[in-house]
Amino acid sequence: MQNLTFGQHADGTWGLAHSAEEATAMGFWAFHVDTLFWAVVLGFSFYFLFGSVARKANSGVPTRFQSAIEIIVEFVDTSVRESFHGTSKFIAPLALTLFVWIFFMNFMDLIPVDWLPWLATQAGVHYQKVVPTTDVNATMGMSLTVFVLILYYSIRIKGVGGFIAELTGQPFASNSLAGKFVFFLPNLLLETIALIAKPVSLGLRLFGNLYAGELIFILIALIFTAGSGFIAAGLSSLFGEHIPAWFWVLATASVFATLWLNLQGKLDNKKTLWLLLVEMLLVGGLAFLGGQLMHFAWAVFHLIIVTLQAFIFMMLTIVYLSMAHEHH
Amino acid sequence: MNINATLILQSIAMMIFVWFCMKFLWPPLLKAMDERRERIAEGLAASDRAEKELEAAKATVDQQIREARDKAGEIVDQASQRHSQIVDQAKDDAIVERNRQVSAAEADISQAANQAREELRSSVANLAVLGASRILEKEVDADTHRELLDKLIAEI
Repeated sequence: MQNLTFGQHADGTWGLAHSAEEATAMGFWAFHVDTLFWAVVLGFSFYFLFGSVARKANSGVPTRFQSAIEIIVEFVDTSVRESFHGTSKFIAPLALTLFVWIFFMNFMDLIPVDWLPWLATQAGVHYQKVVPTTDVNATMGMSLTVFVLILYYSIRIKGVGGFIAELTGQPFASNSLAGKFVFFLPNLLLETIALIAKPVSLGLRLFGNLYAGELIFILIALIFTAGSGFIAAGLSSLFGEHIPAWFWVLATASVFATLWLNLQGKLDNKKTLWLLLVEMLLVGGLAFLGGQLMHFAWAVFHLIIVTLQAFIFMMLTIVYLSMAHEHH
Repeated sequence: MNINATLILQSIAMMIFVWFCMKFLWPPLLKAMDERRERIAEGLAASDRAEKELEAAKATVDQQIREARDKAGEIVDQASQRHSQIVDQAKDDAIVERNRQVSAAEADISQAANQAREELRSSVANLAVLGASRILEKEVDADTHRELLDKLIAEI
């Protein structure tokens, strides 16, 4: 899995990296185009989704969609009220944006891992990672912004002196000047570590959870591929060495179509079962079924992780900023 | 995993989205929700009030119905009283009238009887005088025997 990286080549020209080595060689001044693209697309979908409700928002009878959006807003608002004990017009919108945006970015993980990259490949783009939160740059970018906000609010509320006092006056406290002098450095060291640990843990927690989740999806896909090698051999004789991705897309789509027809009542259960069996045998036998089931199971579990991590990021941001607002 | 300037752009993107949210999403949504909460609270209060008013109205209606029922009972009682009064009165009147008529009839009867008796008596006297004169073959002097005759008549 390689990000689509835009940066300066070794020869001085700017362009997209063609390999992982080239991307690394570009150094710091390079950009993951895919990460930024999806982050911005998802950010705008958050904005338009909530904006479509906000524009028409009134105190009359809400539509179902408006209610759904309002439940999320209410939930975030309650969380902020419970955890943040200052008055700020900024914290609640920040929390809402982080929660929904991160949830959307995480949610991209539940789209089968190779579909969108395959589409990108068809369009001539060879590297594509569609889940921005599996890119450490994205998560650290957000957590560092939170860090800057922590510093900003700490200094604005407590003043520079107050903030320095907070960094150097604890955890070892002393009333005498000599004691203060002695504890100055250990306190500064410990408090600085504690301070730096906030954004690092915040960003890496999100990244780690999502990256691991994606890896497990890939792992399941690999197991399933190995298991269905027999059928794959048969398919290879049909399609040549590489089975095109659209075949898998088609197969999955046909399975979903069958299930959908069953749900619509247009197919009875017996026919549905037979049809599913035939479809699965055709594209990968029981390994396919096993793979599908494992994917499904992990996707359900991952759905919890996706939501939970978005929530944790939001809550910790609120808590950190609340701490920045409080005097010790 | 390369740390690169994506970090900075992501951070800028985040600030922009947060600013958008703070400026255009949060205030109208919260305003609408707060207004609705207020309206719902008002509606609930109004319904409570209406319920209380309904209770009061029901109590008034009950009271009025009870009063009306009492009044109706009173009227019926009065009517039946009056009815029996009228009936009694009529009965009394009838009795008085009957007695009056009976006594009048009795008076008529006794008068007629007396008259008949008088007539009978006088005719008996005449008959007696006539009979006596026939027997004696001579005229009985009516005046001379008046006293005797009257006694005779009274004895009849």
